[in-house]
Amino acid sequence: MHDHQPIARLAPAPPCGMVTLKGDPGRAGLRRAVKAAVGLSLPGRRAMLREGERVVAWMAPDEVMLFMPRGDVAAALAAARKAFGKGSGLVADVSDARVLFTVAGPHAREVLARLSPADMGALGPGEMRRTRLAQIPAGIWHWGEGAFTVMVFRSVAEHARALLENAAAGPEAGFFAPGT
Amino acid sequence: MLILTCPHCGIAADETELAPGGEAHLKRAGPEASDVEFEAYMFARRNPLGVHFERWRHAMGCGKWFIAARATDTLEVFGTYPARTEAPPADLVRRIRRKRPEWEGLP
Repeated sequence: MHDHQPIARLAPAPPCGMVTLKGDPGRAGLRRAVKAAVGLSLPGRRAMLREGERVVAWMAPDEVMLFMPRGDVAAALAAARKAFGKGSGLVADVSDARVLFTVAGPHAREVLARLSPADMGALGPGEMRRTRLAQIPAGIWHWGEGAFTVMVFRSVAEHARALLENAAAGPEAGFFAPGT
Repeated sequence: MLILTCPHCGIAADETELAPGGEAHLKRAGPEASDVEFEAYMFARRNPLGVHFERWRHAMGCGKWFIAARATDTLEVFGTYPARTEAPPADLVRRIRRKRPEWEGLP
């Protein structure tokens, strides 16, 4: 059907552990729980912080998501619960709720822009843009190293893969400078 | 197309990233209210040509509710603010009054 090579490479990312923390952002509990679970500080609005394989992402004013190797999840859950102590806070293992894809190549940004109303040109490194890809919710970020990561619910993973594959079927419009 | 800035996460979100929640600042009819008053609370909605306050949820984003003040005739957006409040912020009301001196204010 398409005469062109795909303009971006699409790959499922290996499974990783994901933990949701919710708590009052005006109290110390949430910050302490993040520190205890992954050793990182509380990120600012829409920001992500990374230390090796451990990542913390701002999801909402009272919610963060932690990423880590699957084997570290049990210890992180226990540490976060202990840090919240008697204060109110939610700690949940959501490792199976979502899947990650990587979209790489010089025109990766254009592939995502085709599917989302978000201003993809404004998405800087270490910022998570929660938006939609066609009709499904998604989180998108990159670390300034070429590849974008896309996070979607597992129940729509196959649909997301098909969407991204279709959007990557060329040719490129060249709206964004290649490789940016 | 309507673009509203979510006051919680700061994203200028497209209308299609949001879920509409209808008229804002409704006051529930109290326990001693008559059937007519309760029916009005349940079903009667203002539909002004001009300044209007609406609830929106950033559904394809941070998931939080906020309120947008906008003009239904020009689609101008005056401002947005978190939904955890009973009245619009005073500076926003002042800004709307400057632009729309004919606005009669919220009931």
